[in-house]
Amino acid sequence: MTTGALTLTACGSRSDDSKKSSGDDGGGSNITLTIGVDAPLTGQNSATGLGLQYGTQLAVDDANANKLVPGVTFKVKALDDKALPATGQQNATALVQDSNVIGAVGPLNSGVAESMQQVFATANMVEISPANTNPDLTQGKDWATGKKVRPFKTYFRTATTDANQGGFAADYAYNTLKKKDVFVVDDKQAYGAGLASIFKSKFASLGGKIAGTDHVNTGDTDYSALVTKIKQSHADMLYYGGQYDESELITKQLKAGGVNIPLMGGDGMYSDTYIKTAGAAATGDLATSVGVPVDTLPAAQNFIKAYKAKKYPGDYGTYGGYSYDAATAIIKAVGAVMDANGGKLPSMNDARSKVVDAVQKTDFDGIAGHVAFDQYGDTTNKQLTVYQVKNGKWTAVKSGVYTG
Amino acid sequence: MHTLPQQLANGLFLGSMYGLIAIGYTMVYGIVQLINFAHGEIFMTGAFGALTVWNVLPDGMNIWAALPLMLIGGALVSVLIAVGAERFAYRPLRGAPRLAPLITAIGLSLALQQAIFVWYPGADNAKNFPQLGTHPYHIGSISVQRNDIFLVVAAAICMIGLAAFVRTSRTGRAMQATAQDPDTAQLMGIDTNRIIVIAFAIGGLFAAVAGVAFGLKYGQINYNMGFQAGLKAFTAAVLGGIGNIYGAMLGGLVLGIAEACATAYIANIPGMHQLGGQGWANVWAFVLLIVVLLVRPQGLLGERVADRA
Repeated sequence: MTTGALTLTACGSRSDDSKKSSGDDGGGSNITLTIGVDAPLTGQNSATGLGLQYGTQLAVDDANANKLVPGVTFKVKALDDKALPATGQQNATALVQDSNVIGAVGPLNSGVAESMQQVFATANMVEISPANTNPDLTQGKDWATGKKVRPFKTYFRTATTDANQGGFAADYAYNTLKKKDVFVVDDKQAYGAGLASIFKSKFASLGGKIAGTDHVNTGDTDYSALVTKIKQSHADMLYYGGQYDESELITKQLKAGGVNIPLMGGDGMYSDTYIKTAGAAATGDLATSVGVPVDTLPAAQNFIKAYKAKKYPGDYGTYGGYSYDAATAIIKAVGAVMDANGGKLPSMNDARSKVVDAVQKTDFDGIAGHVAFDQYGDTTNKQLTVYQVKNGKWTAVKSGVYTG
Repeated sequence: MHTLPQQLANGLFLGSMYGLIAIGYTMVYGIVQLINFAHGEIFMTGAFGALTVWNVLPDGMNIWAALPLMLIGGALVSVLIAVGAERFAYRPLRGAPRLAPLITAIGLSLALQQAIFVWYPGADNAKNFPQLGTHPYHIGSISVQRNDIFLVVAAAICMIGLAAFVRTSRTGRAMQATAQDPDTAQLMGIDTNRIIVIAFAIGGLFAAVAGVAFGLKYGQINYNMGFQAGLKAFTAAVLGGIGNIYGAMLGGLVLGIAEACATAYIANIPGMHQLGGQGWANVWAFVLLIVVLLVRPQGLLGERVADRA
C-alpha cells in the first residue's frame, strides 16, 4: 500500500515524497525504499544468480528487523537478466525509472555489468556488484598498462578483481601444484577472456609454459576436437576462463577422453551445480573464488542459518555473503545521508547521488569481511581462496591475500 | 598429424547425430517443401521424454535395460509432437504462401522451448542424463566411448531401416511418389495426408534417437539444446541436398568431420592462427555450406533444383 501511494506521488513531487507518512507503523513517519537486484534468476548461471537475490533479501530483512535506518522500511525488487547484457541494460533502465529504488545490487556477469554501468551513472544511482571481477569495470580498459581510470563513479563491487584472482590461481598452479604446462581456454566473454589472459601472463611470468590456447562458444556442447588437441599438447593442467555451464561439459569430455589432468577455473565455476552435473569427472578440479569461505567466518553464522532456514534453491556460498554486504552498504549509506539531513531523506534525485557519495565512504565489518572501497570503487578486501573438488564437495585448500 | 584418426572419429560421432536430426528436415522438405524449424525442439523434447522415463524407473536400474524403454518414451514424445505439429500447426496452412508455415514453425520452436523451460522441473539448468559408462575403448590410437558406439550403431540402423522402408514397402513407394508430385500422387489414389504424417513421424522418431544419443554422449540435456543442434542439422540437410535422405546422412557426416578438422588443424596453417580453434567450428561449418552451394547449388547428393510445372 505504502509503495503504491509513493509510486503515484513520487513522479509529480520533487522534494517532499519522503515526508509522506503511512501511519501503519505506530504513527511515526515511515517511508519505503526499494533496493534493486539484477542477476540471472533463470536459465544459465541461475544457480549462482539466485544467491544475489536471496543475500540481498536477507540483508533487507535484517535491516528492517533491527531498524538499521529508523523510519525507513526496505524492500527488494529483483529483476532477471538471464545473463544477457541487453536484458541487464533494460533492467537497469527499469530500476532507475522506479522512483522508489535507491540503489542496486548486481549483476552477476561482468559482461552484463558493462551494459548497465552507464545507465546507473546517468541516473546517479549506486550499483554495487557482489560478483563482477573484470578489472575494466572499475579501472578502465588500460588498467593492465598501469593507466587506471575509473569510468563510472556510481559503480562499486564487494568482490575483488580477476587481476588478483587470475594471479592467485597462476601462483597456486605453479608454486603449489608444480604444474609446468598449462593449456588455457576461454569463452570469449568479458569475464572469461579477461581471467584467462591474466592467468596466462602471470603463469608465463612465473616460468610456466603455455601448452596451447583455444576459445569456445558459450552454448557449445561438443568439445571432442578440443579434447583431442589438449591431449596432444601433453599439458598437465587445463585452465578455463568462463562459467560452469561449459566447464562441466569440458571436464567430463576431457576425462572421458582419457586426459586425466585437473581443470582449474575462476569463481564462475565455483558452484555446486558444477559438481552435480560433472559428477565424478569433477574430482580434483580447482576453482578460485573471491573472499574466504563464508561458512568459516564467525560473523556469517547467523546469515548462513537464516539462509538455510529459508530453504532457498540458490548457493549462498559464492556471492550470497557479498550480496548481503553490498545491500548493507547501501542501507547504511541511506542512514548516513538521512543523518546528515536532519533525519529526513532528501528528494529522490538528491538522495540517490548523496547515497553514491556515502557508499564511497563505506567502512564497516560485513559478514564476509571488512567492507570499504578504494578510489576505483573496488573492495579493499582482497582475500581469495582456492577450492578443490574432494569427495563431491568444494573444499577450501588455500586462502590468502593476493597483492600481485 | 597422428591426431587425424581421432579427429575423424570425433567428426564421425558428431556427424552421425547431425545426420539423424537432418533426416527429419529433409523428409518433411522433400514431401511438403516446408522447413520445419521446430524440428530441433522435437529432438530436444525426445531427450526430455527419455529422461522422464529414466526418472520414473526404479533407482539403480541397469542403464542397458532401461535404454530400450527410454528410447520408446523419447520416441513417443517426439512422434506425438511432430505429428501434432503437422496436424495443428502446418496442415491448416497448407496451400498458404510459403512464409506462413515458416513463421508458425519458428513460433512453435520457441513455444516448445519455453514450455520445457517453465514446466519441466529443474529444466532452467542443465539436467543430468544417465551415461553408458565413461571408460573408453582403444582402437589403435583412437579412443571411443560406449556412448559414441551407441550413436553410430543407432544412426546406421535407422538409416538402413529407412532406406529399406522407402525402397521396398508400399508406403515407401507412395512417399517417393508424393515427394515427386503430390497432386498427381493424390490422383493416383495415394492418401497424401497420411504420407505427410508418416514423414513427420519418422522425422520425430529419428530425432528422438538422436536426442537420447545426445544425452548419453554429453551426460546432460538442456531446454535450449535444440536450437544449435537443429541449425546444424538443417545445414547438414542442405549440404547433402535437401529432400534426399542419403544426402542428409552424408551432409551430417561431412559437417561433423569438417568441424572437427577445422578445430584441430586450421590454426596450424601459417597466418590462420586467429581463425582456428573450437570457437570457430561454427564459422567453418557455414563457410563449407556456402562453398558447396556456390559450386553445387543442389547440395552434394541433390539431383536438381525442382522446378515443377
